[in-house]
Amino acid sequence: MGNLLSIVTFLPIVAALVLALFLRGNDAAAQRNAKWLALITTTATFVISLVVLCGFDPANTGFQFVEERPWIMGLNYKLGVDGISVLFVLLTTFLMPITILSCWGVENRVKEYMIAFLVLEGLMIGVFVALDLVLFYLFFEAGLIPMFLIIGIWGGKERIYAAFKFFLYTFLGSVLMLVAMIAMYRDAGTTDIPTLMTHVFASETISLWGFPIVGGVQTLLFLAFFASFAVKMPMWPVHTWLPDAHVQAPTAGSVVLAAILLKMGGYGFLRFSLPMFPVASDHLSGLVFWMSAIAIVYTSLVALAQSDMKKLIAYSSVAHMGYVTMGIFAANQQGVDGAIFQMLSHGFISGALFLGVGVIYDRMHTREIDAYGGLVNRMPAYAMIFMFFTMANVGLPGTSGFVGEFLTLMGIFQVNTWAAAVATSGVILSAAYALWLYRRVVMGELVKDSLRGIKDMSLREKAVMAPLIAMTLLLGIYPAVVTDRIGPSVAQLVANYHAALPADAGGQVASE
Amino acid sequence: MEQFDFPIVLPEIALSVYAMAALLVAVYTGKDGLARIVTWATVAVMLALAAWIGLTGRPEGVAFGGAIVADAFSRFAMVTILLAAAGVLAMCESHLRQTGQARFEYPILISLAVVGMMVMVSAGDLMSLYMGLELQSLALYVVASFRRDNLKSTEAGLKYFVLGALSSGLLLYGASLTYGFTGTTLFSGIAATIAAGHVSTGLLFGLVFLITGLAFKVSAVPFHMWTPDVYEGAPTPVTAFFATAPKVAAMGLFARVMFDGFGNAVSDWSQVVALLATLSMFLGAIAAIGQRDIKRLMAYSSIAHMGFALVGLAAGTEGGVKAMLTYMAVYVAMNLGTFAFILSMEKDGRPTTDIQDLNMLAKREPTKAMALLVLMFSLAGVPPMLGFFAKFGVLKAAVDANMSWLALAGAVASVIGAFYYLRLVFYMYFGTEAKGMESRMAPVQWVMLMGAALVMILGVVNLFGIENAAALAAEALVR
Repeated sequence: MGNLLSIVTFLPIVAALVLALFLRGNDAAAQRNAKWLALITTTATFVISLVVLCGFDPANTGFQFVEERPWIMGLNYKLGVDGISVLFVLLTTFLMPITILSCWGVENRVKEYMIAFLVLEGLMIGVFVALDLVLFYLFFEAGLIPMFLIIGIWGGKERIYAAFKFFLYTFLGSVLMLVAMIAMYRDAGTTDIPTLMTHVFASETISLWGFPIVGGVQTLLFLAFFASFAVKMPMWPVHTWLPDAHVQAPTAGSVVLAAILLKMGGYGFLRFSLPMFPVASDHLSGLVFWMSAIAIVYTSLVALAQSDMKKLIAYSSVAHMGYVTMGIFAANQQGVDGAIFQMLSHGFISGALFLGVGVIYDRMHTREIDAYGGLVNRMPAYAMIFMFFTMANVGLPGTSGFVGEFLTLMGIFQVNTWAAAVATSGVILSAAYALWLYRRVVMGELVKDSLRGIKDMSLREKAVMAPLIAMTLLLGIYPAVVTDRIGPSVAQLVANYHAALPADAGGQVASE
Repeated sequence: MEQFDFPIVLPEIALSVYAMAALLVAVYTGKDGLARIVTWATVAVMLALAAWIGLTGRPEGVAFGGAIVADAFSRFAMVTILLAAAGVLAMCESHLRQTGQARFEYPILISLAVVGMMVMVSAGDLMSLYMGLELQSLALYVVASFRRDNLKSTEAGLKYFVLGALSSGLLLYGASLTYGFTGTTLFSGIAATIAAGHVSTGLLFGLVFLITGLAFKVSAVPFHMWTPDVYEGAPTPVTAFFATAPKVAAMGLFARVMFDGFGNAVSDWSQVVALLATLSMFLGAIAAIGQRDIKRLMAYSSIAHMGFALVGLAAGTEGGVKAMLTYMAVYVAMNLGTFAFILSMEKDGRPTTDIQDLNMLAKREPTKAMALLVLMFSLAGVPPMLGFFAKFGVLKAAVDANMSWLALAGAVASVIGAFYYLRLVFYMYFGTEAKGMESRMAPVQWVMLMGAALVMILGVVNLFGIENAAALAAEALVR
C-alpha cells in the first residue's frame, strides 16, 4: 500500500473520467447512476483516507506516506502528509459525500455537476498532499476550472459576473505565485518542498530602484505567495470576490468553497510562508495582524447590514478566517494549533450553515432574510439544527467554534495584545449578527402566508446534517482529537521558525 | 553525389514519387471523382512513412556533401510533420466532400508541401534550406487560394504569396550576405568560420536578415501581418493545415539555422529571438481578445504559441530546444483537435466561424463541449492540461538560461491569453439560449477531437514518451 495517497487523490478523478466517457444518456436513470457513482466514490475515498489517518504516526514530525517518482519535464511526482496536512485531507474527504448528498435534488445537467465535484475533490486533496512546488501549483490552479464551472453553470442570476470575478481574482494571485516559484527554483535549484523548507533564502536588505526592501528576497517571495493565499483565504481587502461567489454559487458549491477551498490559503501560509520565509513573515506579521483585526471587525459589521442570508454567512466566513491568519502569524504553538483547529471547525460549521440556507432556499427560492420569519412554528427540527450551528458559529463553549477562537486569541495575545483586543470584539459582533439572523428567520410569529405550507427537513436533509453536528460536538468537547495529531508537527514548525530568525527578532516572541 | 546518399533521402523521394504518380493517375482517370481515394492513399502513405521513420529510423548521416542532414532532430520533426499532415487530411476529407470542394489536387499539393518541409528540417546548407522552403511555400500559396471562385480565398492566397515572396527575398538576401562573409553555404562551414572568430558586421547583417525571413515563416511578431487574413480567408481545411505542419517545419528550420549554422554565436541571436518571442506572446494574447471569428482567433492564438516556442529557442540551450520540440508536438495535437471541431461548426446547414454561434453548445452537445473545454484550457496553459507543461518547459528553459525576464513575460502573457480561451468556454457553457450552431461530425473528426482532448489529460502521466525523443533530437542538434 505504498501509494495510498495517490489512490485517495486520483480515485475521484478516475471516477469522473468514467462518468464522462461511459455514462450515456440524460434520462432519470442516467442521472441516478451519476449521483450514486459520485456518492459511492466519495465515500470510498473517505474510507481510504481513514486508513491513512489510522496509519499516521503523530509523533513523527516528518512527512509520511511519501511517494516519489520521476515525472515529466524533470519534475518529481512527490506526495506525502505531515501533521499539518493530514487533517485537511480528512476534512475534504469527509465533507465531499455530504456535499454530494446535499445536491441530490439537482436536476440540471446532473452528470456534469457530479463530474465537476469529483474532479474538484481530487484536486483539493492533491493540494494538501503535494510535496513538489510545481505539483502543488498544478493542483492549486486546476481547482479553479471546476469551481469556475460550478458557479457559472449552476449558480444564481448573477452567476457569470461572479464566476469571472472568482476566476480572475484567484488567477491573478496565483500567477504571481508562479513567478515566485520560478525564482525559488532558480535560487534553490529544486522544486522539492521538504528541501525548500530547509533552504535558507537570502534575507539581507536589498534595494530595488533605490527603495530599500527589508528582508530582501524573502520579502519579495513572501509577498508574491501572500498575493495568492490572501486572495484565496480571503483576507481583507481582497475578500470582495467571496460574497459574490457564495451568493451565486449553488448550495453545494458554497459548501465546498467555504469549507474546503478557503482552507487552501491557510494551508499555503503554513506550508510555504512560515517555514520558507520566516524572516519576511516576522517582518510583515504586524501587517497581517492588523489586516486580520480589521477584517474581523469590519466584515462583522458588514454582515450585520446584510439582507441576504448567504451573503451574511459569507462575510462571517471572512471574519472567521481573520482569526486563522492571526493565529498562523502569531507563530506560536497555541496560535498555529488554533488556526488549524479553527479552519477545520469552520469547515464543518460554515458548511452546515450554507446547507441550512440551502434547505429553506430549496423550499422558498429566496435567500432574503425578510422573506422569512417564525419558521420555528412549522420547522422545529430545522430550528433546532440551525440554532446549534448558529451557536457554534458564535463560538459557544462546547462547540468546536469556541476552541478555535480561544486558541488563536490566546496565541495572538502573547504577540500583539492590541490586535488581540480588537479581534476579541469580533466575538461579540459575531454573536450579534448571528443571533439577529436567527431571530429574524426562525423566531417570532409565522405571519407570512407563503410560509404556511413549508415542510420541515426531510430525512435526507437531516442525514446530511448529522455527521456535521457530531463533528462539531466532538471537536468542541474533546479537542485533543485534533491537537494531538497536529501538535508535534506544529511544534516542529514553530521551533524551526524561531530558529531561523535573527536573535533580536526571535527574542520578543514567547514560545513554548 | 554518391550512391549511398540515396537511402538517407529515401523518405523524401518516396513521397515525391508518390505525389507525382498520384497526380498522373488522377489526371488521366477519374479526376475529382478520385479525390476521396487519393486523400486516403496520401494519409496512408504519410502514416507509413511516419511509422517507418519513427520506429526504425532512416540511416543517420549526411548526404550530398552536407546539404541534407539526417539526425534525431530531423527525425523528430519529420514524424511530427507527417502525423500532423495525415491528421489534417483525414479529418478534412468529409468536410471538403460535403462543401463540394473535393479536388484531387488538394492531397497532392499537401504531399508536395510536406516534401518541402522534410527537406527544410533536415537542411544542412543554405541552398537546400531555400529549396525546401520554396517547395513548401509554392504548394501552400496554391492551396491558400484553393477556392478560386471565392473572393476571400483568392485574396488570402495573393496576400500570402506577396508577403511570402517578400520574406523569401529577405531570406535570400541574408543568405547571400552570409555566403559573402563566410565563403560557404554549408551550415557546418558557417559554424567553423564563426568558431575561428571571424564574426564580421556583415555576417551579423546576414544573420538578422535570415532571422527576419524565418520569422515571417513562423509568423512571429512583427512579421505576423499575413497570418490572421490568410487564416480567415483560406478554406478551413487549409487553415487547419497552416496552423499545424508548416509551423513545425518553420520552427525546425529556425532551430537548424540557428544551432547548426550559428551555434557558436548564440549570444548574437538569442536576444533577437527573445524579443521576437516576447512581442509574439503579447500581441497574440492581446489582439485575440477582440476577435469574433474563430479562425482569426486561432491565428492570433498560433502567433502567441509561436512566441512561446521561440522562448525555448531563445534560451539557446539543449534544454531549450527540447522544450521547444515538446511544445510544438503538444501544440500540433491541440490544434488538430480544435480544428476538427471548427470544421464541424455549422449553422442552418452552412459552415460558420462566428464564436457567438457556440452559444450553449454544452446543452446540445455535452461531450463535444467538454472536449473543446479541455482543449481551450490546454491552449490557455491552465494546469493540469498538457498545454501547461509545454509552457512550463519553455519557461523553465528560459530560467535555466538566465533569462528570467523572458519567463516572467511569458507568465504574464499567458494570463492575458487565458481570457479569450475562457470566452469561448463562456459562450459554450454560460451563453444565452439562442439558436446556435450545430456540430455535424464525421467519425474521423470526432475521433480527432476526443483523442486530442484525452491526450491533453492523459499526457500528464508521462507525455507519451515524446520527451525522450525530444531530448535525443535536441542532443543531436546542439552539440
